[in-house]
Amino acid sequence: MHKFRKDGGKELPPISTASLPDIVFMLLFFFMVSTTMREVTYMVRIRLPVATELSKLEKKSLVSYIYVGEPLQQYQKTFGVAPRIQLNDQFANIEDIQDYVIAEREARDEAERPMMITSLKVDENTKMGIVTDIKQELRKSAALHINYSSRKRAER
Amino acid sequence: MARKIPEIPSASLADIAFMLLIFFLVTTTMDVDSGLERRLPQWVDQEQLENDDQQIRERNVFIVLVNRNNDLLVEGEYANIEDLRERAKEFMANPFNDESLPEKEPQEVPYFGEYMVTKGVISLQNDMDTQYGTYIAVQNELVAAINELREELSQQQFGKSYESLTPEEQDAVRQIYPSRISEAEPKKVGGN
Repeated sequence: MHKFRKDGGKELPPISTASLPDIVFMLLFFFMVSTTMREVTYMVRIRLPVATELSKLEKKSLVSYIYVGEPLQQYQKTFGVAPRIQLNDQFANIEDIQDYVIAEREARDEAERPMMITSLKVDENTKMGIVTDIKQELRKSAALHINYSSRKRAER
Repeated sequence: MARKIPEIPSASLADIAFMLLIFFLVTTTMDVDSGLERRLPQWVDQEQLENDDQQIRERNVFIVLVNRNNDLLVEGEYANIEDLRERAKEFMANPFNDESLPEKEPQEVPYFGEYMVTKGVISLQNDMDTQYGTYIAVQNELVAAINELREELSQQQFGKSYESLTPEEQDAVRQIYPSRISEAEPKKVGGN
C-alpha cells in the first residue's frame, strides 16, 4: 500500500483560479434562467381555483393576462376591498378591457393574432358577476380563446 | 523536489463550464402557466338574439344551474358536484338510447363509418353571485366528462389513448363527442 504513503518532500502546486470566473458566470446564468419572472407586479391578491383538466399555455408571447381579485393591503385605502380588475400595472375598469385587447393585438405579428389567448387569473372567491362582464367584453372584442388559469389538483 | 509538476491546462475549463451551463439550460423546467381552456361564443347583438328562433328540444339539453349559494341544480333536481361528471357522461353517451336522454343522428365519421352522433348540448347557467371557484369546479367536471368519453372511445376503437392519436383520428373522435358546453346569459337563479 505504498501508493498512499505521503511523499513528504513533493509540494502540491496551487490550484489554478483561472476558471473561477467561468464557474461564477455559470451559476449566474443558471439562476437567471431558472427564476421565473412575473410579467407584472400583482396589485391584487389572487388565489387560483383548482382543476384537473388543465392545458398548458405553451407560447408565452401569445398570451395576454387579466387579473381579478381583492386589492392588496396597501391599495385598499384608495381602491376599497371589492374585487378589481388589473391590466398590466394598474387597476382598470370593465370598459378598459376592449382597449386593452386591441392594444395587445396591435403588439403582435399579423400571423400570430388568430392564435392569441387571454388568460384569466381570477381569485377563487370572486363573484361571477365581474367575470361574466369580462367575458362579455372579450366576446365583443372577438378575443374568444380564453384560459381560466388554475392550479393542478390530484385526481379523485 | 526532483521536478515541478507542470500546471494543469485551464483552456478547456471554459468549455466544461459552458457544457454544464447548456445542460442546466436544457433540463430545467420552468413552471408553465396552465388552466382550463375554453372558447367563448361569437358576440351576437341583442336584437339578433331575440329573432333567433333556433329551438333545441328539451331532451337534448342538459341544464346545470349554479345559484348564489353555490348549490347545483342538474336537470331540475338538486345534485352534488361529485355526481355531475357521471351524469354528464351518461347524458352525452346515452348508451341505451333512453327516451329522456338526447337524440342521435347518423353521421359519416372517418375511421368509424356511419356513427350515431349525439345531439346533446350542455347548458351551464350561473348567478351573478356564484363563486368563481365553484364555477371552475363545475366547468372542470363537464370538460372532464367529455374528455373521459373521448378517451374511452379511442381506447375502444384504436386501442390507444386519445393523446397518442394522429390529428385526423382525434378529429374523428371529437366529431362524435363534440365539446358542446353552452353558457347562457347570466341571470338570477333563486336561492334568496
